[in-house]
Amino acid sequence: MKLETEKKHEKYYVPAQSPWPIIGAVALFFVAVGAGLTVMQMGKPDSSGFYVLLAGVMLLILMLFGWFKNVIDESMSGRYSQQMNISFKQAMLWFIFSEVMFFMVFFGALFYARIFAVPWLGGAGNNAMTNELLWPAFEAVWPLVITPSGDTTQVMDWTGLPLINTVILLTSSVSLHIAHQALTAGRRVVLKGFMAVTVLLGLIFLILQMNEYIHAYHELGLTLQSGVYGNTFYLLTGFHGLHVTLGVILLSIILLRITKGHFDKNRHFAFQAAAWYWHFVDVVWLCLYLFVYVV
Amino acid sequence: MTDSVDNNQEPGEPKSADKSYAAGVKRWLYTTNHKDIGTLYLGFSLLMLLIGGSMAMVIRAELFQPGLQLIEPNFFNQMTTVHGLIMVFGAVMPAFVGLANWMIPLMIGAPDMALPRMNNWSFWILPFAFTMLLSSLFMPGGGPNFGWTFYAPLSTTYSNNNTALFVFSVHIMGISSIMGAINVIVTIINLRAPGMTWMKMPMFVWTWFITAFLLIAVMPVLAGTVTMVLTDKYFGTSFFNAAGGGDPVMFQHIFWFFGHPEVYIMILPAFGIISTIIPAFSRKKLFGYHSMVYATASIALLSFIVWAHHMFTTGMPLAAELFFMYSTMLISVPTGVKVFNWVATMWRGSISFEVPMLFAVAFIVLFTIGGFSGLMLAITPADFQYHDTYFVVAHFHYVLVTGALFSIMAGVYFWLPKWTGFMFDIRLAKTHFWLSLVSVNVLFFPMHFVGLAGMPRRIPDYALQFADFNAIISLGGFAFGLSQLLFVWAVIKCFKGGDTVPDKVWDGAEGLEWQVASPAPYHTFSTPPEVK
Repeated sequence: MKLETEKKHEKYYVPAQSPWPIIGAVALFFVAVGAGLTVMQMGKPDSSGFYVLLAGVMLLILMLFGWFKNVIDESMSGRYSQQMNISFKQAMLWFIFSEVMFFMVFFGALFYARIFAVPWLGGAGNNAMTNELLWPAFEAVWPLVITPSGDTTQVMDWTGLPLINTVILLTSSVSLHIAHQALTAGRRVVLKGFMAVTVLLGLIFLILQMNEYIHAYHELGLTLQSGVYGNTFYLLTGFHGLHVTLGVILLSIILLRITKGHFDKNRHFAFQAAAWYWHFVDVVWLCLYLFVYVV
Repeated sequence: MTDSVDNNQEPGEPKSADKSYAAGVKRWLYTTNHKDIGTLYLGFSLLMLLIGGSMAMVIRAELFQPGLQLIEPNFFNQMTTVHGLIMVFGAVMPAFVGLANWMIPLMIGAPDMALPRMNNWSFWILPFAFTMLLSSLFMPGGGPNFGWTFYAPLSTTYSNNNTALFVFSVHIMGISSIMGAINVIVTIINLRAPGMTWMKMPMFVWTWFITAFLLIAVMPVLAGTVTMVLTDKYFGTSFFNAAGGGDPVMFQHIFWFFGHPEVYIMILPAFGIISTIIPAFSRKKLFGYHSMVYATASIALLSFIVWAHHMFTTGMPLAAELFFMYSTMLISVPTGVKVFNWVATMWRGSISFEVPMLFAVAFIVLFTIGGFSGLMLAITPADFQYHDTYFVVAHFHYVLVTGALFSIMAGVYFWLPKWTGFMFDIRLAKTHFWLSLVSVNVLFFPMHFVGLAGMPRRIPDYALQFADFNAIISLGGFAFGLSQLLFVWAVIKCFKGGDTVPDKVWDGAEGLEWQVASPAPYHTFSTPPEVK
C-alpha cells in the first residue's frame, strides 16, 4: 500500500553504486601530485612529474565523459524528477558562488596592493621612514611601472585589443541569451546558429587574449616577474582565460548535444548551467576590464 | 505515527534506489549511500586524529624538559605544522562532515544527500590529499615547516622545495570541502520532508546549513592564497614581497579572511550537536530555539569582519586595530546567548548524566573557558603581550579540543547506538570520559600560566623557569593521547555487539532520526515522512 505522502511526491532518484567518483579521486590525486612534481622539477632535467600530470588529466577527462554519459542517459530516460532538477540548479549556483569568491581573492590582492601596500612603500601614512630606509628612490604610482627593487615595465593600454575583447564577450552573452530564447520557443535552427556564434566568439576572445599576452611579454616587458602590477594582471586575466576555456568546452558540448536533439523547453538543465557559467565569466571580465585595464 | 518507518523498496516499483551493493571493498569505493559515506568520513577522521595526536605527542616529548633532546628543530617545526593541518583539515572537519552525512538526511526525512555520487567523490579525495601531504615528511627536504598558517615569507622565500606538494594537496582538500558543502546546503534547501519548515529544522541541521555557507565562501579564498604562495615561490611573482610592490602582511589579511570563518566552521556544528544533546538529557525543549538560530547566523556573519584580530601585532593603522577589537568582542554576544540558552535548557530539567551528556556538559564549561580567553585575546593592547605565546595555544585548544573534539565525541556516543544497533560499553565510555576530562585540563590549563609568563609558541626549547609546568603539560598530553585509545576500543566494541537498543535509544531524544529502526536500515525515507 502506498503511503499518503507518496502520492504527492515524486521519487527522488538515488543512483546505484558508481565507479566514477573513485576514478575521479584517483585522477585528482595524479593531477595534484603531477602538478606539484612538475613545479618542483622546473629547470631540472627530470620531467617525470609532467607525465603524472598528463596521466591525471587524461583520467579526469575519461571520468568526466563516463560520469556525464551516465547522468545524460539517466536524464534522457526520464528518471529525474523536478526536485532532482532543482538540486542540480542549486548546486550549480553555489558552485558559481564559490568561483566568485575565488576571483575575489585576486581582486582583493589588487585592491590591497593599490590602496595600501604601494602607497605605504612610498611613505604614505606613518611609513616615511620605511620608504627612506628601504627604497628612497621609490615612488608610489599605479600602475606600478617601476617596482621598489627597480624592475620596469610598461602599462597595458585599455583601448585596442582589451576593448575589442570586451565587446566580443558582451556580444557572446547576448547571442547565448538569444539561443536560450530560441530553445524555449522551440526554434532549433536559430538555437543551433546562435550557439555556434557564441562558441566562435569565445574562441576568438581566447585567440586575441593570447595575442595580447605575446604583445605584453615581447613589446611591453610586462611579465609575471615584473612586480605586483604584472602579478595581478596575469593571475586575474589568466584565471579568467582558463574559465573562458572551460566555458567554451562546456558550450561546445552543449552544442553537440543540441545537434543530437537533446533538450526541450522544459528540460535543459545542462544548457542552463553552461549559460549561467558563461554569463558569470562575462561579469568577471567586466570587473576585470574596469579595475585592471581602465581605472 | 509508527515507531519504525522502514521505507524499503516495494516490489514492482521503479528501481530508483538500488538496495543491493557490491560486496567487500567495492561497496565502500563505489558507494552512493549517505550512511556509508558518513561512516567513511568518521573512520578517516579517527585515523587522522590518531596520526595528528601522535605528532602532538612527539612535540610534547621534546618539550618535556628544556633543551634539545629528541628531535631536530626543523623536524619540530614540521611536527607543529602537520599536526595543525591534520587536525584542522583531516580530523575535525571530516568528522563534522561525517556526522552531517549520517544525520542530516535522517533528521530532515530525506532519502539521501542531494547529489550522492558527488558525495562519494568529496570523501575519496581526502585520503589521497593527506597521503600526499604526509608523504612529503619522508621526502628529501622534509614536509611543510612553516606552521599551519603558512605565513609568507616562511612559506615562500624560506620554505623547502616540497612546498608545491603542500599547495596542491590543499587545493584538492579544498575541492573536497566545497563539493561536500554544496551537497549539504542543497540537501537542506531542497530535500526537507514536507511540513519541515525552516523554523522546525533541528539545530544540528541549522548549524550545518550555516557552516556549509561559510565553507563555500572561504575555501576558494584558501585556494587563492596557496596559489599566490605557489607563484611567489616558484614563478617569481611578488604578491607577498615588498621588493616587487607586494606586502607580506597582505598574506595574513587574505589568509585570515579564510582563517577566521574557518575556525567557526569547526565550532558551529559543535553548537548544533550540543543543542541536540542537552535537551535530550534534560528532558526539556531547547530553550530559545529561535534565538539559537539567529545567534548562529550572527556568529557566521560577524566571522567575515573580524579576521585581523589574529594580526594585531603585525602593524596596522590604529583605526583598524580598534575596529577589529570591537567587532571581535561583539561575537561574544551571540556566543553568550548560546551558552545561556544551554544552561537555561538544563535549568529545572530532569537531568540524567549519560555519556553524551557528560561530554556535552564538559563542553559547555570548558568551551566557555576557551571563549573567555578569546575575549582576553581580543583586547588589542593586552594581545600585544599574549600574541604568539602559549596563552594562545591554550585558548585555541580549549575551543578546539574541549570544544569541537568533545562535541564530536558527544555526538558519536549519542548516535552510535542508532548506527550500530548496539549500546556501547557504558563503563568503558565513562572511563574514557573521566580520563579525558582530567588529562585534557592537566594538558591545556597550565599553558595559560606559561603563556602569560611569556613562553613563546612553536619553539622546541624554552627557558628554565617554564620547566615544571611543561613537564606537567607533557604528562597530561600523554595521558590524554593514550585515553583516546579507549575511545577507539569503545567504538570498535560497539560495532561488534552489545545490548540491542530500541529505535528511540534515549528516552528524551526528539527528531525523525529516532523513528527509523536501530540500526538504521541501508535506505531510509525513500518516501518522505510528513512533519506536523
